[in-house]
Amino acid sequence: MASSTPVSASTDLRPVVRTGLTRSPAFVISATVVLIICALAVAPQAFAGWFGHGDPRACDLADSALPPREGHPFGFDVQGCDLYANVIYGARSSVAIALLTTLGTVVVAVVVGCLAGYFRGWTDMLMSRLVDVFLGFPALVGMIVILQTLSTHNEFTVSAVLILFGWPALARVMRGSVLAVVNSEYIAAARGIGAGPVRILLRHVIPNSIGPVAVLAGLNVGGIIAYESALTFLGVGLQTPAISWGVQLNTAQQYFTTSIHLLVFPSIFLTVTVLGFVLLGDALRDAIDPRIR
Amino acid sequence: MSDLLESLPGHDPGAPMLSVEDLQVEFATAHGTVRAVNGVSYAVGAGETLAVLGESGSGKSVTARAVMGIVRAPRGRVTAGAIRLRGVDLLTLPEETRRRLRGTTVAMIFQDALSALNPVLPVGYQIAEMFRYHRGASRREARRRAVEVLDRVRIPSAARRAGDYPHQFSGGMRQRVGIALAIALDPKVIIADEPTTALDVTVQAQIMRLLGEIQREHGTALVLITHDMGVVADIADRVAVMYAGRVVEEAGAHDIYARPAHPYTRALLGAIPRPHLRGKRLAVIPGAPPDMSRPDEGCRFRPRCELAGPGCADAPPLYDVAPGRASACHEWTKVIEG
Repeated sequence: MASSTPVSASTDLRPVVRTGLTRSPAFVISATVVLIICALAVAPQAFAGWFGHGDPRACDLADSALPPREGHPFGFDVQGCDLYANVIYGARSSVAIALLTTLGTVVVAVVVGCLAGYFRGWTDMLMSRLVDVFLGFPALVGMIVILQTLSTHNEFTVSAVLILFGWPALARVMRGSVLAVVNSEYIAAARGIGAGPVRILLRHVIPNSIGPVAVLAGLNVGGIIAYESALTFLGVGLQTPAISWGVQLNTAQQYFTTSIHLLVFPSIFLTVTVLGFVLLGDALRDAIDPRIR
Repeated sequence: MSDLLESLPGHDPGAPMLSVEDLQVEFATAHGTVRAVNGVSYAVGAGETLAVLGESGSGKSVTARAVMGIVRAPRGRVTAGAIRLRGVDLLTLPEETRRRLRGTTVAMIFQDALSALNPVLPVGYQIAEMFRYHRGASRREARRRAVEVLDRVRIPSAARRAGDYPHQFSGGMRQRVGIALAIALDPKVIIADEPTTALDVTVQAQIMRLLGEIQREHGTALVLITHDMGVVADIADRVAVMYAGRVVEEAGAHDIYARPAHPYTRALLGAIPRPHLRGKRLAVIPGAPPDMSRPDEGCRFRPRCELAGPGCADAPPLYDVAPGRASACHEWTKVIEG
């Protein structure tokens, strides 16, 4: 555990985080993976052309579901499009939805969890019952109903629906860790030196209680991408001609006995991405929390 | 800020620095309401040290927390009484004003400094926040002042250690940080809630000496909550002995050792281990403190008292024993004569 950390000469938190992080191989590897995936998401055109066929929409039905060959390392999808270019372009919507949803659920969960755990009383009653209602509601049915009534199915609407049904579990965890922290002596001490509720929440409660939620949210990133593909499969998520790993995996389901490459390549990217985000969340948690450094 | 206190209604420069008057604090529990503090009164002047003595559960810490205003609703509630700083009743002030007095005028030192410090912030940062928040100091200025304060509590190479986290300090050094946090803004009143209980004996002596020095330098009123009779003899001017939520005896430190006026105080003094009693059984007070959720109308100490008589079914008032001395015992004359 606490290996005697060299004494830092500054009261600033940042240098400590930096030195702790660069020493952790888990962080270096996962950060590299996440950075690459984010680069794919931001500028797919820079990567898609590496093998000479960079346009995901240049398709020839004659090539439908053909296996990998020279210039097409991942083969072709059922429409005869280059699968490599499609997988590269698919990173964008998957990553966008994963990040938007994670950010949204964490923000809502932290706000609700803090209000409930810190102020207790009727605020807690109200928030906790709201969480119960959402948890008791069949989420998938709810998402289908809402997406069905919405006319646009893009990254934003899918994220919004995933946030709507994703925050309650995190909020409950957040409330629990806030409750544990609020009764700490240092919260009483902070109040005793004249800190107001906003300052106590931002400086003392949230940094000390966000750990479990941050880790859980990191683990959820994979689940969100999977959920997005499930919604796509049900016809209420992203729709072709949109390019996403979810769309690709769902087409692959019908053909994977004959053309296994349709399933394998998007899956590898999905798995590596999910693993990268999970490890990154873990490493960041370790670095930010000085108790377990 | 002293000017803040002076501008508040009821300010009277002649009034004691801190006075607690007939304070009652209740907690709602699953087993009904517990009145943890039942009519506590004490007063401390500037530059004076009052030791509040009593066993666990006697209401010492709850009284202190009520003074700080950190007894939290909805579980705990101050139901009656007054807490005055130089005559200003804190309980009638709006919360915002009370908040501005905390840390600047009244400050508290906690028993366990490790749990009283935020584990995710460097200690220098936590002290610097006091200056930034209450004094509006700049980041750089606040940091300089924080190092000064750490220096004042004799933390070696303070500038370097300001960047360390609470868990990187030893117990004694950590309690020094706790003291630094309390004295940072030169408060008029410091409440120390068993500041040395978590420390070993040599470190205890250092911490008590440090507290004494700081108090002398700044003329602070010090309320020292403890159950260590030795510490009391060392530095207290006056002693308030608490039992079951009220003060049962108040006296000068010398008087209370020489001639206790309450059977509980006498029993406490009798229970101090002394070298010439080596090998013998330690004296104990028979019985246990009363269940605070089932209040007893009479004297709370009656079941454990060797002098208990039928008169003790009525709760004794605080009798004036001598100038500045009081005892809540009907039989105080017998006790004081030994």
